[in-house]
Amino acid sequence: MVIGHGSVDMSTQRHATTPMLEVIDLQSRHGRIQALKGASLAVRAGQLVALVGANGAGKTTLMRALSGVQPVHGGQILFEGRDITRATAGARVRAGIVQVPEGRRVFGPMSVEDNLRLGAFTRSRREEEEGLERAYALFPRLKDRRRQLAGTLSGGEQQMLAIARALMARPRLLLLDEPSMGLSPLLVDQTFETIQRLAKDGMTIFLVEQNAFVALSIADHGYVLEGGRTVLDGPGRALLEDDRVKEAYLGV
Amino acid sequence: MLSEFLQFLFSGLTVGAIYGLIGLGFAVIYNASHVINFAQGEFVMIGGMATVFLMAAGLPMPLAVVLAIAGAALVGWLLARIGIETARGAGVVGLIIITIGASILLRGLAQVVWDRNFHPLPPISGDAPIHVFGATLLPQSLWIGAALIAIMAALRFFFDHTRTGKAMQAAAIDPLAAQLMGIDIRRLVRLSFVLSAALGALAGVLVAPITMTYANVGVMLGLKGFAAAIVGGLGNPLGAIAGGLVVGIAEAMTAGYLSSAWKDVVAFVIILFVLLFLPNGLFGRAEVHRA
Repeated sequence: MVIGHGSVDMSTQRHATTPMLEVIDLQSRHGRIQALKGASLAVRAGQLVALVGANGAGKTTLMRALSGVQPVHGGQILFEGRDITRATAGARVRAGIVQVPEGRRVFGPMSVEDNLRLGAFTRSRREEEEGLERAYALFPRLKDRRRQLAGTLSGGEQQMLAIARALMARPRLLLLDEPSMGLSPLLVDQTFETIQRLAKDGMTIFLVEQNAFVALSIADHGYVLEGGRTVLDGPGRALLEDDRVKEAYLGV
Repeated sequence: MLSEFLQFLFSGLTVGAIYGLIGLGFAVIYNASHVINFAQGEFVMIGGMATVFLMAAGLPMPLAVVLAIAGAALVGWLLARIGIETARGAGVVGLIIITIGASILLRGLAQVVWDRNFHPLPPISGDAPIHVFGATLLPQSLWIGAALIAIMAALRFFFDHTRTGKAMQAAAIDPLAAQLMGIDIRRLVRLSFVLSAALGALAGVLVAPITMTYANVGVMLGLKGFAAAIVGGLGNPLGAIAGGLVVGIAEAMTAGYLSSAWKDVVAFVIILFVLLFLPNGLFGRAEVHRA
């Protein structure tokens, strides 16, 4: 099931350049609860980076903070060297940071095609049409169902739609929050095959996952988030071999 | 018998269409922000009163109407910009209370800037009644019906065929997901207030020839529009229009067959009934929402 694709070596070569995304000591609160207490990480262009952590570790808070829909109370987010810590959600999408949210969150009462077109909200009409063609080429199933209401799709199809909708915004960095959530093992495999295919085509991807095994086995680089802090990092396969990770997340 | 019934029906449909237009304003703002805007009736008042005073200043009626609607739209924008956005942390209940405050403020301002008197507006095309099976129908009623149909068609087009309209739908379904597409919710909330204010002002211009207009005209009309929106299921634009017609007809029948003293009670009995027994409205669509 696991197919390594050798970009681990490529990423080590790129270590000299500035990372595409750099998160430095990020802090965020939900009311009085401190959900992020110092998350730091870097994602380099062309990499697939996975962050794993248990339920409640702060994964979704981190993703929302990256997309600008969750307030940040300390630390910095740099995108291609620019400080975007205070940028609006819209500005980040336009800059190329696009998220597939946890639980997919497709617009259920709207058609599949309307969902896709909304993904291109920040893009020109021409880019919207081009994006639609690309999305249908990538996911022919969505083309067959384009007039159907998104809420009537199966879980796997909704995940496809959520990813395709995010691609409509022409991301430079694709964020995926818990892509395996609520999917059967077969659909989890399918979803991760799609993610690997995107990575192979050159998309830079940062994903957070509770399913540490599936995420770390395809990641160039991995992080472990615990209690709102990044506590461990290393190449994805190496983290899988790490005793602490094995014990805490893989139940070995 | 028939002529009497028809008479009540015509009058019910006429006021019902007005309630529907006002209810539509409630629905549009509710969809964008989950705020129930209790200053909706004041937009109706501004539409009518501004038209009266602009015409008194010598402007021709069409120009006065356009300026009055634009003025109400500006007030709507200011309410969203100053009242709603600066109080983002206040929560929905806090924001609703702010709209109640705005409604009182606008009524007070209208009495100071304009006056406390009742003013008629001329009907769009005279007031020679049309006779239908022994009942009479005012030309203004036909204008109101035509305006309602035109507005419905325009809104249908806006929500189904424009990018902004679809973004408004998406934001109503799932604001967080909409933001992740780069949709600016604050802009949509402002737009919803502008749109609702314009719709309310138009209702105010259309109803003034029948009921006259005055600084407090929005109190009752706003509540009836709210009843329409509740009956239609809050946040359902077509439901609000249908709800308006239901409330209007129920009111006219009660006034005709029982007593006009009971007229205003009907709307509130309907609100209570719907809230108690049909919380999604008569045409309630189940909430489609997935976390």
